[in-house]
Amino acid sequence: MANKFETIAKDFPILSRRVNSEPLLYLDNAATSQTPNQVLERISDFYQTSNANVHRGVYTLANEATEAYEQVREKVAAFIHAPNAKSIVYTRSTTESLNLIASSFGDLVVNQDDEILITIMEHHSNLIPWQQLAKRTHAKLRYVMLTDDQTLDLQDFRKKLNEHTKIVSVAQTSNVLGVTNPIKLIAKLAHEKHAYVVVDAAQSVAHQKIDVQDLNVDFLAFSGHKMLGPTGIGVLFGKPELLKVMPPIQFGGEMIENVTQTQAKWQQAPWKFEAGTPNIGGVIGLGAAIDYLKAIGMPWIEATERELIERLLPELEQVAGLTIYGPQNVVQHNGIVAFNLKNLHPHDVATGLDMLGVEVRAGHHCAQPLMTTLGVEATVRASLSFYNSLTDMDRFVYAVKMVKEFFDRES
Amino acid sequence: MSLNKLNQLYRAVVLDHASHPHHKNDLADATQSIELHNISCGDDIRVFVKITTNKVEKISFTGNGCTISQASASMMTDALTGVPITKALEECDAFFQLTMGQTVPTTTQNDLGDAAILGSLAAFPARIKCATLAWHAAKTALGGEENEYNNFE
Ligand SMILES: Cc1ncc(COP(=O)(O)O)c(C=O)c1O
Repeated sequence: MANKFETIAKDFPILSRRVNSEPLLYLDNAATSQTPNQVLERISDFYQTSNANVHRGVYTLANEATEAYEQVREKVAAFIHAPNAKSIVYTRSTTESLNLIASSFGDLVVNQDDEILITIMEHHSNLIPWQQLAKRTHAKLRYVMLTDDQTLDLQDFRKKLNEHTKIVSVAQTSNVLGVTNPIKLIAKLAHEKHAYVVVDAAQSVAHQKIDVQDLNVDFLAFSGHKMLGPTGIGVLFGKPELLKVMPPIQFGGEMIENVTQTQAKWQQAPWKFEAGTPNIGGVIGLGAAIDYLKAIGMPWIEATERELIERLLPELEQVAGLTIYGPQNVVQHNGIVAFNLKNLHPHDVATGLDMLGVEVRAGHHCAQPLMTTLGVEATVRASLSFYNSLTDMDRFVYAVKMVKEFFDRES
Repeated sequence: MSLNKLNQLYRAVVLDHASHPHHKNDLADATQSIELHNISCGDDIRVFVKITTNKVEKISFTGNGCTISQASASMMTDALTGVPITKALEECDAFFQLTMGQTVPTTTQNDLGDAAILGSLAAFPARIKCATLAWHAAKTALGGEENEYNNFE
């Protein structure tokens, strides 16, 4: 592993910089991942050799750009085992994908007195669009709560799921609790009640293999920038028969088949959802990121991250006064570790870690209802990636201890 | 690895204010109160003022936050109590300049009292918001800044 790790780390130029005179230890991968040379070079290459607008010209360059853009759609489809490329819509981000579903599909199927079932661990992106939909339609928004172990309470899910439930929307992996939810089971139960299933895969797509057909979900959303790709590009997978009936929510160039002074006809999905010049460079980068992840191998990534978390969690649990949120059992916990130190505000802890070159997030992680449920305002969060090493885990625990000692001494 | 640099920020006087904040209470006879949120961590601070004849007769705060935000709020109440409104607004601005690493005249620094020590924040730009939250709330409560009251949607 050591050898493979060293070669991998070399692909990420940023990892060799220093922060506050210390070697950078980047542990905010849940916020955004770093970008390997292979992705940066592909983007730069595209702009240097094939840049043109897509779906617009008959000249060679435009054709090359369009082909490259559409080839990535095939690549994305294959990556998540979607039935075909037409089930892949390019968006700006997970957030935009979820908003598109809630606005277009939500308004189509949700009526007064229907229920929308989400979970208390959702990121605001998979919460507010549904909250707003519920307000618009006078539907009821319900939340599945947590078990004592701070995992999703499946009993509560079964209890709240009923024939009024129209949409179930769940994160595959929580961005705070370090838990991965049983999507296949959730989808099966939801479908039994004729509800549609939406999955927020922002935190899972770069860390495990996803097969949308095996999971049998209706929609799945993720962002390029959390899977080694650039910012500003996201994906919405939708079952073709559902995308087909959904109205577009943005209008303009590229998305139409025919326009008169009084009316317009849309293209078919996915293009009817891609109004205006899309983020072509972002799409090219996303394609390169998928190639990179595939070359490393999702099983290897999963195994490596498992090894890292199994090193990290038991050590962190030993630190006196440190509370870890989510399941305490390392087998259930993935590489996202939210924690607090007793009597210390997460911002103070994060500043201390920053002085040691360790970059972690401190805050509510865009999950305020979850914070309220956990009884905290905010937490510190370390989130790892396969390009982190076992040494990084040890260094992180050491840094946490140093920061704790600093404040213990001062107070 | 060393945390020496942290000592510049977490000085004894800062830690004192944070652990024993001054004027941390609500004011029954407040003429104005303003609540502001730190959007990144969810911390909130409410500042109460009692104005009499263009003077800050009393100023206090409530709410929870990190060491820096609590200390800064406490220092703010010390600095602004009993000060004419126009001068209090100038002190708020001076505090903002100081945390951004700009120089302010020594007399103004003296007026800021303990708060002047938070000039050290210039070396910790990511934390400036923590320190300035209470001062923005004070400035708003004194009519020097507009507050858009956003309702729950
Ligand atoms: C679980 C989860 N959902 C959604 C998002 C939103 O992703 P983006 O900001 O890329 O739209 C994030 C990332 O912050 C996330 O962690």
